[in-house]
Amino acid sequence: MLHDTFIVSTKINERVVTATVEARVSLSDFIRHEAGLTGTHVGCEHGFCGSCTVLMDGEPVRACLLFAVQAEGRSVETVESLGTEEKLHPLQTAFWEHHGLQCGFCTPGILMTLRAYLEAKPDPSADEIREALAGNLCRCTGYQQMIKATEAAAKTLRENNGGAAA
Amino acid sequence: MNTRVIGERIKRSEDPRLLAGKGVYVDDIHLLGMAHGAVLRSPHAKARILGIDTSRALALPGVLAVITAADLGHANSPMPLLFLDRGFIFPRTHRALAIDQVRFHGEAIAFVVAESRYIAEDALELIDVAYQTSQAAVDLVEASRSGAPLVHDDTDSNIACRTVTEYGDLASAFANASFVLREELRPERGCAQPMETRGAVADFDARTGKLTLWDSTQAPIPTRGILAEKLQMAEADITVIAPDVGGGFGVKIMLLYAEEVLVPFAARLLKRPVKWIEDRHEHFIGSNHERLMVHDVEVAVMDDGRITALKDVFLYDSGAYCPYGPVNAECCQGILPGPYKIPNIYTEYVAVYTNTPIVSPYRGAGQPHAVFVMETIMNRIATRLELDVAEVRRRNLVTPADCPWNAGVVFQGNSPLIHRDCDYPAQFHLLLDSLGYQAFREQQAKARANGIYKGVGLAFYVEGTGIASYEGVEVCVEPTGFVRVTTGYPSQGQGHATTISQIVAEELGVDMSNIVFQQGNSDQFAWGGATFASRGTVIGGTAAVRATRKVRERALAMASDMLEVSPIDLEIVSGVVRVKGVHQMCTDLKTLSLAAAMPGLETGDEPGLRATGFFRPVGGTFSSGVHAMIVDVDLGTGVVTIDRHVVVHDCGLMINPTIVEGQIFGGTAQGIGGAHYEKLWFSPTGELLTTGFADYIMPTAMEIPFIEIHHLDRASSLNPLGVKGVGEGGAIPVPAAFAGAVEDALAPLGVSISAVPLTAPMILEHIRKAQKKLVGQTA
Ligand code: FES
Ligand code: FES
Repeated sequence: MLHDTFIVSTKINERVVTATVEARVSLSDFIRHEAGLTGTHVGCEHGFCGSCTVLMDGEPVRACLLFAVQAEGRSVETVESLGTEEKLHPLQTAFWEHHGLQCGFCTPGILMTLRAYLEAKPDPSADEIREALAGNLCRCTGYQQMIKATEAAAKTLRENNGGAAA
Repeated sequence: MNTRVIGERIKRSEDPRLLAGKGVYVDDIHLLGMAHGAVLRSPHAKARILGIDTSRALALPGVLAVITAADLGHANSPMPLLFLDRGFIFPRTHRALAIDQVRFHGEAIAFVVAESRYIAEDALELIDVAYQTSQAAVDLVEASRSGAPLVHDDTDSNIACRTVTEYGDLASAFANASFVLREELRPERGCAQPMETRGAVADFDARTGKLTLWDSTQAPIPTRGILAEKLQMAEADITVIAPDVGGGFGVKIMLLYAEEVLVPFAARLLKRPVKWIEDRHEHFIGSNHERLMVHDVEVAVMDDGRITALKDVFLYDSGAYCPYGPVNAECCQGILPGPYKIPNIYTEYVAVYTNTPIVSPYRGAGQPHAVFVMETIMNRIATRLELDVAEVRRRNLVTPADCPWNAGVVFQGNSPLIHRDCDYPAQFHLLLDSLGYQAFREQQAKARANGIYKGVGLAFYVEGTGIASYEGVEVCVEPTGFVRVTTGYPSQGQGHATTISQIVAEELGVDMSNIVFQQGNSDQFAWGGATFASRGTVIGGTAAVRATRKVRERALAMASDMLEVSPIDLEIVSGVVRVKGVHQMCTDLKTLSLAAAMPGLETGDEPGLRATGFFRPVGGTFSSGVHAMIVDVDLGTGVVTIDRHVVVHDCGLMINPTIVEGQIFGGTAQGIGGAHYEKLWFSPTGELLTTGFADYIMPTAMEIPFIEIHHLDRASSLNPLGVKGVGEGGAIPVPAAFAGAVEDALAPLGVSISAVPLTAPMILEHIRKAQKKLVGQTA
């Protein structure tokens, strides 16, 4: 069963990636090894740290807890879909300005978690941001500058969306 | 004139890449034909290995090699002893793979290499090891007694090291004391848990005989040296690179971990690149731990609350081996008195082998323990004398008028704790003021009347930083005009690329954007130690100043010849070397660099506009500060809410205050983890029970409160930047402050705390016991 192979086709950041993988291959390994996108990090492989968070059909999921076969025909977005070094996404810019990262290992998962969260909740309070981040561990920052960054990013995103603050 | 760069809140140069998902951590290195390793680890704390049968594993398709101790030869010789201690009795270090015996749950026994990690892990299950288990030494106190099961059969006890340090005249201080307090205090076992586990990729090029190791390490240069010895190769044939590293906090320096030998050994054997990435479970059992000590403390106290003598005899859990020596114990005694004036001090640390994973420094390295001891003692004195806890501290502080004050203890790296360039009373004043200490006491009394249990905890710390040995920095103005800055020590998130570049930019007179920073590659810079002990800015920063000043001098000398003016009339602004006040008379660093690279250059100097600077401090620097926590304890559940956390700190002058604050926030959060949530639990037979994030609870954004920071920096007189180091200070006082706050909240019940961490169930147990006792008294 686990060793049976399947052809998996998944749209990852606008590109369809097709590969033959064993049933047991995780989505995080598929993203990292088959799509070659190493921005998605693996911190625990147990679903606890949130480092591997990506969006699947727009919803944050833990790529280490899904098998690649479960992503067949779905659409996945990883940190590489956000912004480039030259043109950062407002979340990335805010994290840069507020020192929201240190070693950067947890950061991609956190950015993806927040991206989905801020779409659903454009004007969160600091406490709400803490709650939104409760599934992501960071061992470096103590979270404070990250929360500041998120508040700033939310503000920018609201302004970009025509100032329609809730 | 130059705009200031040092001291500014400059955005980190490393961030855009990391934010865009373009970081290159060790697991992101992918080489053609790469094979994958997995480690077989002991499931027992203590066992004899009667036999290993690898045949079934080798028969699995896709398995390339199964390496056991017998295959390693010299590569399996004992690892070096990193720190000698004058009190050593039986130093014993580990080997890459266990021979005949395993001494802790997690010790490496065999290394499988296969076509994929999936196959390598399958193969682990096919290795048959026959074990004969025996009674393990697990509990620290029991292991220290004579007759305990021996961790190493060739010793006659588990005592690895016993070291006594004495200062002053204890006997007469105790004889003249108004009273003596004695306490047993226990900081329990915890671990660093960076979000990126350890990992290594090795590539051996059979054509050139060169080996490259990418290693998630804090110490690439020493790793290269030891690896060369293990593989019997020249250092010149080995390159060790620390790529982006996802957090370290101490655990990523071991010199060496088993895999740092196994991965390159296998790559050389198979002539194929090999990757091994630790999983989280392995990180718990296979990487080092920290923290457990048992302190037996006695203090001689006068009736005004002043301590006149301190005696601390403590057991230190070394784990199964002691490659680090008892360095955490040494650091613990090295700052034990903290900022307090204690004229007579006796310390004795006893490092004990146990059948548990090896212990080495984790953020603070023994110093959180010292602070827990001293600050708990302060609270006990206050209770005994019915004095306010703040008042007792105030009466014992070293004041600026006392400085330089020799505290009588010696920190790691032969660094006597001498208080200078500091103002503890001012720190305390700022803290109590920001906290509204008096007002809190009034609120507390009111809250108590309403059955709400609030408490405040105070904890001072002095942190040993910037210790020997040396680090170096090379600064080179390339003929392209870019300024290349190279160090040997790597970053694990501290932002060296930014802070060191800030120093060079300001000292040389160039823009940050013109600096190309490189670090952590033993080929680019081959001399230095590692990133630990909050020393990057103190030592590396000073080396950067020295290198940059040499380059600047050379540039000015060349420009002065070219422009025919005296060097003192020149200035360098944004890379332009110009005559002060006559800006059109100028050249630039790029031109000078080209001139310096030309053959036939007349000066007789070495080519290139470049210089290397080294700094080897005599003794260390010390930073300091004081934290306060206000907590609210729920009597029904033991759950603690942290209402406020205020930090006053002095890390000397700040190169980049935003980065400094990041270090403090992060350290404080780790401290809160160690104070309230994180404890490693072992079974009575020595198996580690907490082996994942479901059991070892680390704080999330929900558990960490808003942390309020106040800077009170006093320039250090020991280095040209005036810096003191900041990497660990945030973590050090937190367990003590937390324990003090919980104890204060529960003071009406008479609870006294003598161990950290204090989880909610533990606090509840204290509450229940105290309530029973109270009921007993009233009945
Ligand atoms: S790696 Fe997926 S949650 Fe930790
Ligand atoms: S920045 Fe290092 S784990 Fe979050």
